[in-house]
Amino acid sequence: MNPRRLFVIGLPYLWLLALFLVPFFIVLKIALSDTAVSIPPYTPVLDLAAGWQGVKDFWAGLDLENFVFLTEDALYWKAYLSSLQIAAISTVIALLVGYPIAYAMAQASDEWRPTLMMLIILPFWTSFLIRVYSWIGILSNEGFLNQFLLWSGLSSTPLAIMNTTTAVYIGIVYTYLPFMVLPIYAALEKMDGSLIEAAEDLGCSRISAFWLVTLPLSRPGVIAGCFLVFIPALGEFVIPSILGGSRTLMIGKVLWEEFFSNRDWPVASAVAVVLLLLLIVPIILFQRNEQRQREADQ
Amino acid sequence: MAQPDPTPAAKPEAVKPAGADRPVFAPWNDPDAKPLIQFRNVTKKFGEFVAIDNLTVDIFRREFFALLGPSGCGKTTLMRMLAGFETVSEGTILLDGVDIAPIPPNKRATNMMFQSYALFPHLTVWDNIAFGLKRSDMPRDQIPARVEEMLRLTRLEKFGKRKPHQISGGQRQRVALARSLAKAPKLLLLDEPLGALDKKLRQETQFELMDIQEKTGTTFVIVTHDQEEAMTVASRVAVMDHGKMIQVDTPDRIYETPNSVYVADFIGDVNLVQGRATAQGGGRYAIDWAEGQPPIHATATEGIAPGTAVHFAIRPEKVAISAEPPEGRANVVEGQILDIAYLGNISTYKVQLAGGRIMKSQVTNDRRLARRSFTWDDRVWLSFTETAGVVLLD
Repeated sequence: MNPRRLFVIGLPYLWLLALFLVPFFIVLKIALSDTAVSIPPYTPVLDLAAGWQGVKDFWAGLDLENFVFLTEDALYWKAYLSSLQIAAISTVIALLVGYPIAYAMAQASDEWRPTLMMLIILPFWTSFLIRVYSWIGILSNEGFLNQFLLWSGLSSTPLAIMNTTTAVYIGIVYTYLPFMVLPIYAALEKMDGSLIEAAEDLGCSRISAFWLVTLPLSRPGVIAGCFLVFIPALGEFVIPSILGGSRTLMIGKVLWEEFFSNRDWPVASAVAVVLLLLLIVPIILFQRNEQRQREADQ
Repeated sequence: MAQPDPTPAAKPEAVKPAGADRPVFAPWNDPDAKPLIQFRNVTKKFGEFVAIDNLTVDIFRREFFALLGPSGCGKTTLMRMLAGFETVSEGTILLDGVDIAPIPPNKRATNMMFQSYALFPHLTVWDNIAFGLKRSDMPRDQIPARVEEMLRLTRLEKFGKRKPHQISGGQRQRVALARSLAKAPKLLLLDEPLGALDKKLRQETQFELMDIQEKTGTTFVIVTHDQEEAMTVASRVAVMDHGKMIQVDTPDRIYETPNSVYVADFIGDVNLVQGRATAQGGGRYAIDWAEGQPPIHATATEGIAPGTAVHFAIRPEKVAISAEPPEGRANVVEGQILDIAYLGNISTYKVQLAGGRIMKSQVTNDRRLARRSFTWDDRVWLSFTETAGVVLLD
């Protein structure tokens, strides 16, 4: 291989190595360490000045204790399960809300599409944190929603949504909806309109044409959208900590508390490594879906 | 280039072979024949734009009816109204005597073959063909047999398990045809069915289409902008322009006796000579077309008032060209060869007549080029018979 090609191919690999693999191994190393009241707050630390003995001591200090600990305290596996559940349910809700939006966008006339597209993307122009905080203003006991319900007489007591799992669902679905809408829209938009006419011509009603043609053809978009919502929702910690209160258990929140409240870096790192392993499965599935889609498009 | 295929096999029903006593398929000439489709004063408007303008026409059972015209002439709109994808603004369309306006597309006894083929990419060839059958009231256990029959008809037996993107363009075209024929529709609509194929494949497929049409006995309505295709496949051709059918006739009559300058000019190559007609009795007319030139002698079936401005239309292949003044021809004009277009099998000569007018003559190259007796700038004589051309009123 000539040096120029090596350079061109090597550059992105170096980038990944420096910004992904190295940090991962640092986290993995911390996960295998023990807590210590020191700076940094864990031992062992590789002491190169001590020479070969230092390296041997370093290796001897690493163990799987923290991972064992994760299995012993029910908090952790409950948090993982609860995260999986919240992420899965949020994904389903986002799909149910997002599909009709994407479908309506794809059906809209050409002049309307850019506007609708912009409306979907518009929230990204504001800080994600501010948008999640603003939901407090809507959902809290004195929030806009309850004020409206009390004013209109639809409810006599304010609904307690804030600091519940419902608020977390609302927050996650709201935040990740564009990631569901856009891939589905992309799949629907490139669909040949005459396929639906052909289905009707061959005896389908509007509804069965949708089930038999539109839905199967938008499947790659649906799968992509689901992963794009599920993967970040699984590790989400901002939304449950802001909207979910203390009762919502999510692994992202546990991770954050281990790091910053407990200052137990090794356990926090172990939580992070397991979370990463959990995420690798859907990420690989997602990549395979994308790959298959690219092959089908050729 | 726009030569209609001269082989009689091309349209065995429309052309009557000399001496044959088999009945000619021409229900449009039979006053008792019951049309399958009747357009009655049909108008279609898109806002202010009139796509179909007060159109009345009958299409008969087993016909291969071609809608021919430039883009935007309304031919696709007409077809989409038959399929049920467009509503009629005014007038009625009857299928088998029943007004089809209230029937939605999925309940109509028509099927359509789309220009893009519109094959379902997520289904195999087999499932594509079975798609309509599964939605019909055909018993489940009869569907496989019907699909196999369709695969055989379109010679696709080997490709049943493939997906549309795994087969060639020509095969996709046949899948689309098989799918639209599977439900045995009363009427099959074909929207530019061969438009996506290359020329060679298109010509082969034209014959296949005719063959399949004859085998199945289905009435075909085909939309095309390719006149050669329309002439080859159709029993009757409707030449359309601006939402009107200018002429509806058999391909040979469309070509040989166009009813207007538009049709004469649209179909094939033509020499159009403007002039004034004077009757000479017995349906014969003399057309004065240029100072100092003898008038063109021609025949016309309808009466033309003396001095009427007319167009004389004559096909280039009906104009003979010779190096010597020919004997005994009704019309002879002298000119000079301006240009020669050599197309291999035929050559077209552009001849400049006195006064600057240009007339084309097309000749079969039955000799080698080296033995041709005239070339550029030679003086030649063009001649044609009295009945070779048609007189068209403006």
